Amino acid sequence: MTLGLSYQAWRNLRAKPLQTALSLALLAFGVGMVSLMLLTEKQVNDAFARNIKDIDLVLGAKGSPLQLILANVYHIDAPTGNILQSEADKVLKHPYIASGIPLAYGDNHEGYRIVGTDHTYVEHYGAEVNRGRLWSEPFEVTLGARVAAQLNMELGDTFFSAHGLTDQTDVHTDKTFTVVGILEANGSVLDQLILTPMESIWNVHAHEGEVVDPATREITAMLLKKRNPLAVLTLPNVLRETNMQVALPAIEVNRMTQQFGLGTAALRAIAMLIMALSFASIFISVLDNIRARRHELALMRTMGGTPATLYRLLLLEGGLLSVAGTLLGLALSRVGMAILGQVVENQFHYDLDAFTVLPSEGLLVVAAVSVGLLASAIPARSSLRLDISQTLSEA
Amino acid sequence: MVEVQGVRFRYKDGPEMDFPDFFCGAGDRMLLLGNSGSGKTTLLHLLCGLLRPASGKLAVAGRDLGASTDRELDVWRGDDVGIVFQRAHFVQSLTVVENLALPHQLTHGSVPADVLHRMDSMLDRLGIAHRAAALPHELSVGEQQRASIARALLHQPKVVFADEPTSALDDHNASAVMDILDREAADATLVVVTHDQRLKDRYSYCVTLERLAP
Repeated sequence: MTLGLSYQAWRNLRAKPLQTALSLALLAFGVGMVSLMLLTEKQVNDAFARNIKDIDLVLGAKGSPLQLILANVYHIDAPTGNILQSEADKVLKHPYIASGIPLAYGDNHEGYRIVGTDHTYVEHYGAEVNRGRLWSEPFEVTLGARVAAQLNMELGDTFFSAHGLTDQTDVHTDKTFTVVGILEANGSVLDQLILTPMESIWNVHAHEGEVVDPATREITAMLLKKRNPLAVLTLPNVLRETNMQVALPAIEVNRMTQQFGLGTAALRAIAMLIMALSFASIFISVLDNIRARRHELALMRTMGGTPATLYRLLLLEGGLLSVAGTLLGLALSRVGMAILGQVVENQFHYDLDAFTVLPSEGLLVVAAVSVGLLASAIPARSSLRLDISQTLSEA
Repeated sequence: MVEVQGVRFRYKDGPEMDFPDFFCGAGDRMLLLGNSGSGKTTLLHLLCGLLRPASGKLAVAGRDLGASTDRELDVWRGDDVGIVFQRAHFVQSLTVVENLALPHQLTHGSVPADVLHRMDSMLDRLGIAHRAAALPHELSVGEQQRASIARALLHQPKVVFADEPTSALDDHNASAVMDILDREAADATLVVVTHDQRLKDRYSYCVTLERLAP
């Protein structure tokens, strides 16, 4: 017969389903919210940091600097406009600038951006070719891993591009793109891009037989790596009289996350409040249990149970609640993450991993379980002082 | 087996209680008769080691209670003493069978098979075998009283104390319960504490507790 203290604790919890469910739900929601915030914060920060990787400055058309960064580094916003390639090349030759990666885009296929660039873009993110090869001729494309997987495309597949960055209404049916390679997934922005030579972008908008004048060739932006820190101070002056600007990804992203920061701080406070409430509810339910079950507890003392036995039983009940609530909370945050991931994927083509476990979550588990134990240990102490004789004499 | 000598006790702010000396040998049965307020329950709790006397000697089932620690008394109660309470208390979340096995679990950390076997036959004899898997609050008062007798006797204690075992029962049930107690505790010393005059003639050995002086 199983009748150990853990089993008794479990039976006692089950005998009060409503009280148990309330404590569990409160703790699960509190832990779930904190864990969900840890997960999103970490993954969003990681995604931002990963994609900034050594991009010191972004050169593009004048407009919102944040938009310039979001559009060209993360590909989640529309670009600010186009700039002349010849003008951009002048900036590239500036002594303070070490190197630059040109980007030209304006078309999409099934919502995935077709980006004209050169091979340094792939090298920059350290991406490897999974199948086939990198593009070399105009209208050859190499797909990011997500694009290939989501659109179910293989080497040799062909498609038309559509004008704009999202919809499929205006399709250029005269120019056919051919898949010549697919990249290995590496978690960078490349996963969600269709890469092709710059010429493809210029030619797709040219009329039949027309040759684009090199002097009027436009690009969308250039990702710059500086040689000298002074570039940050000097370039804005250099560009003052042009239609171009440079923006610093690190600063713009910082500014943006700071603005999110206020919202996350409020959410975090709410999550902490819910957790505090759940501990209060565990505290009260253990206290209430001791009062309602004092006859039982006194009875156990007459049947060979020691004060320590009663104390352990009550602690186990609180501990069981804390552990179950915390685990439930972690499960809940995974479900939340999966839903959130779905939304982010649909809107931004970014992947959020729902099933990673963070070291900080380990800390959260330890903290939640120990505070839960403490919340039961304090009221359980009164079981040590239980007056058996008096309790049993009460009618 | 049960020896009381010069035992005095006083509750905080209460009058001093002076209990009569008595002795009850192994396998004997005795009645401690007294009206309410005569300190019956107090004496019972003293005999079980739940209360400590101000002075005097208490020896029960070979143990000098005054010379024992609380921890020793906890184990001793689990091993050698069976208590039938006036109101049958149970752990409400556990079934009847689990409640009956609980003293063994608490004292020894497990429930051996022979105890379960003994429990089955005892429940059968007490006519509550069909209630074995029920929760305590689903039982009638009579069934609860029988179950609590079974629990008190299952570990074959040397001494059985019964506190008003019949006060809540009608004549028929009262004598049935006493028959059960007599039968099941045949090998043990049985001390019945009661004010129930119906039991007066049941045992020849009877100690009466006087009403305390106001």
